[in-house]
Amino acid sequence: MTFLTGWGRTAPSPATLAAPRTTAELAALVAAAPPRGLIARGLGRSYGDAAQNAGGLVVDVAGMEARWSLDPETGVVTASAGMSLHDLMLALVPLGWFVPVTPGTRHVTVGGAVAADVHGKNHHVDSSFGAHLRSLTLLTADGTGHLLRPGDDLFWATVGGMGLTGLVTEASFACVPVETSRMSVDVERTRDLDQTLERMTATDDRHRYTVAWIDLLARGPRMGRSVLTRGDHARREELPRGADPLAFAPAARLSAPPWAPGGLLNGLTVRAFNQAWYAKSRERRVIQDIAPFFHPLDFVDGWNRVYGSRGFVQYQFVVPFGEEATLRRVVSRLSAEGVVSFLTVLKRFGAGTPGMLSFPLPGWTLALDIPVGRAGLAGLLREFDEWVAEAGGRVYLAKDARMRAELLPVMYPRLPEWRKIRESADPGEVFRSDLARRLSL
Amino acid sequence: MKNALGSVDSVLLLGGRSEIGLAVVERLVRDGARRVVLAARGDAAAIGVRLKDLGAEVLVLDFDAERPETHERVVAAAAEFAGDLDVVVAAFGVLGDQAAYEADPVSAARSMAVNLGGHVSAGLFAARRLREQGHGTLVVLSSVAGVRVRRVNFVYGAAKAGLDGFAQGLGDALHGSGARVMVVRPGFVIGRMTAGMRPAPMATTPEAVADAVAGGLRAGAETVWVPGRLRAVFTVMRALPRAVWRRVPR
Ligand SMILES: Cc1cc2nc3c(=O)[nH]c(=O)nc-3n(C[C@H](O)[C@H](O)[C@H](O)COP(=O)(O)OP(=O)(O)OC[C@H]3O[C@@H](n4cnc5c(N)ncnc54)[C@H](O)[C@@H]3O)c2cc1C
Repeated sequence: MTFLTGWGRTAPSPATLAAPRTTAELAALVAAAPPRGLIARGLGRSYGDAAQNAGGLVVDVAGMEARWSLDPETGVVTASAGMSLHDLMLALVPLGWFVPVTPGTRHVTVGGAVAADVHGKNHHVDSSFGAHLRSLTLLTADGTGHLLRPGDDLFWATVGGMGLTGLVTEASFACVPVETSRMSVDVERTRDLDQTLERMTATDDRHRYTVAWIDLLARGPRMGRSVLTRGDHARREELPRGADPLAFAPAARLSAPPWAPGGLLNGLTVRAFNQAWYAKSRERRVIQDIAPFFHPLDFVDGWNRVYGSRGFVQYQFVVPFGEEATLRRVVSRLSAEGVVSFLTVLKRFGAGTPGMLSFPLPGWTLALDIPVGRAGLAGLLREFDEWVAEAGGRVYLAKDARMRAELLPVMYPRLPEWRKIRESADPGEVFRSDLARRLSL
Repeated sequence: MKNALGSVDSVLLLGGRSEIGLAVVERLVRDGARRVVLAARGDAAAIGVRLKDLGAEVLVLDFDAERPETHERVVAAAAEFAGDLDVVVAAFGVLGDQAAYEADPVSAARSMAVNLGGHVSAGLFAARRLREQGHGTLVVLSSVAGVRVRRVNFVYGAAKAGLDGFAQGLGDALHGSGARVMVVRPGFVIGRMTAGMRPAPMATTPEAVADAVAGGLRAGAETVWVPGRLRAVFTVMRALPRAVWRRVPR
């Protein structure tokens, strides 16, 4: 038995960890599934309990044989599900291609990107990962493989389905051509929440990638002041002469201490960090590498440990456009309560995908991470859940570690449809996770 | 599942009429638990009403501590209704009267069968289930009466001493399985069970015990004293000479 947690390092649970190399070995594991079932695990970057299965089997897909191919005509990449976006970028960027969507870390697998239908800074123009998929190969509970296409119900139950319809073994998706491996980035500071929303609404469409970092600790008239970062893939002529346009070699990673003292990130350090970040963010236009633009946190390996041994929760929700009042209510409550969140990120979402349990919908999404241990946190987040559900929004399952089952059907109105498809694909509930049990998925 | 912030979804209460047990369950329901099984002797349908009002789905099961052969079925039926059992609270017990036990040794032995024997079978069956789940906490209501047994209530105290030792051993047996045991040692609890008795110093209430249990579950504690000061007090008590201890009134 191995104790596993998500990236937030909360609620560990023991499972037997299997490390198959081939699809045949994977099929054998499914055929011999134990009574508590099994679940796929990629790189464990979901924050909560999605890739855990207490008392059952967890299949380490990230360790499987890596295979990939690129059709240079169309830019369609076919990759084994255990491959990370990091590995794919190392291979593809020098060839002039970029993944269609990358989350805030490159260290996620293709399978994890499908199962959570991940979004990136380009959601407002490019939607989420599922929108770029051409096909999936899914190993279902009966041990057989199925090639699924976007016309299939099981396809859209799998995209965003958190691993509960089966094991994705391979995926094909269209990549984006790039002239360089750099980003042309501009930074703007806003003075308060109204201006943040206003500026994002007005300028988002001019850039492929946009995000706002909110200084949650600013109060009063400055509440919601932000640093907006907007970028596009730099064109060749924007680079200094002599630079290798497609070089991609993200800096070696630093390592956080294996035992970071709990409370290293506390009210004081986070306040100092937030103030410094806001102050240092000069308004400017710069050329940046891919890694610092998309994945600033990846420079410190295991940064999640600085939250101490009790871990932290990540809370991410979306509310539809027109429900800005709910967003404002949450931000002012967080600011009034002085909730410590290291990184608070605001983003405008565009169109969603047909994924039945996919998270994104057109609107505003806010993500925060909060160390566990703060008195009253459970009640506060529960209150937010209710506001969000009432506004027609939802909480992101790939980040959740604490929500209750009741609000799920409200947040995800297509849950009954998803359940029906899952039931016919996996009547014996072979695929099960702690998340599925906690939320009665 | 116990979530990242320590709330749970499902609770089985063994001893569904226990005032302390019900206070614990009510507290967990207020914190988010939604499926509750009350296992109690006799017709107990009425006891779940309050919990239903708080939004819980409640199942009431027949449970007789003195019939260990039925305990496996009780745990299975609870799991069938609630799915994984996140918390099992073993709260059943009888206090009785020391003088009456001394006058009627058969009744003393019967109280042992409830206060200790019943916990052994119910606890082992519950632990088996939690071990299979790979998670869950068995909360055992012990008592300071068992920490050092006193002359004035040694039948009850001996059962609690046995129960406390059993629960610690069971907790050690479960180590590494993801399941755990939390031993709760309240002092004198003001309530129905002690009605008419004069409260001992540092007396507590079912609600205070419930708060302490909820806090202990969140923190993953192995032992919880209520009130917390009793831990220090008993470090001293345990060291008192027999001649003095013998005379401790309550
Ligand atoms: C620093 C950081 C930043 C992040 N930023 C973003 C962001 O901007 N946008 C965003 O959308 N997400 C973001 N995430 C979340 C992350 O992208 C998702 O949780 C993603 O699913 C993690 O992939 P993984 O390979 O680590 O999967 P895991 O965490 O191991 O698993 C996640 C889910 O995918 C399932 N799964 C994994 N592999 C397979 C497979 N082969 N077949 C079927 N199911 C499978 C698992 O069962 C589980 O349900 C971020 C996470 C971190 C740590």
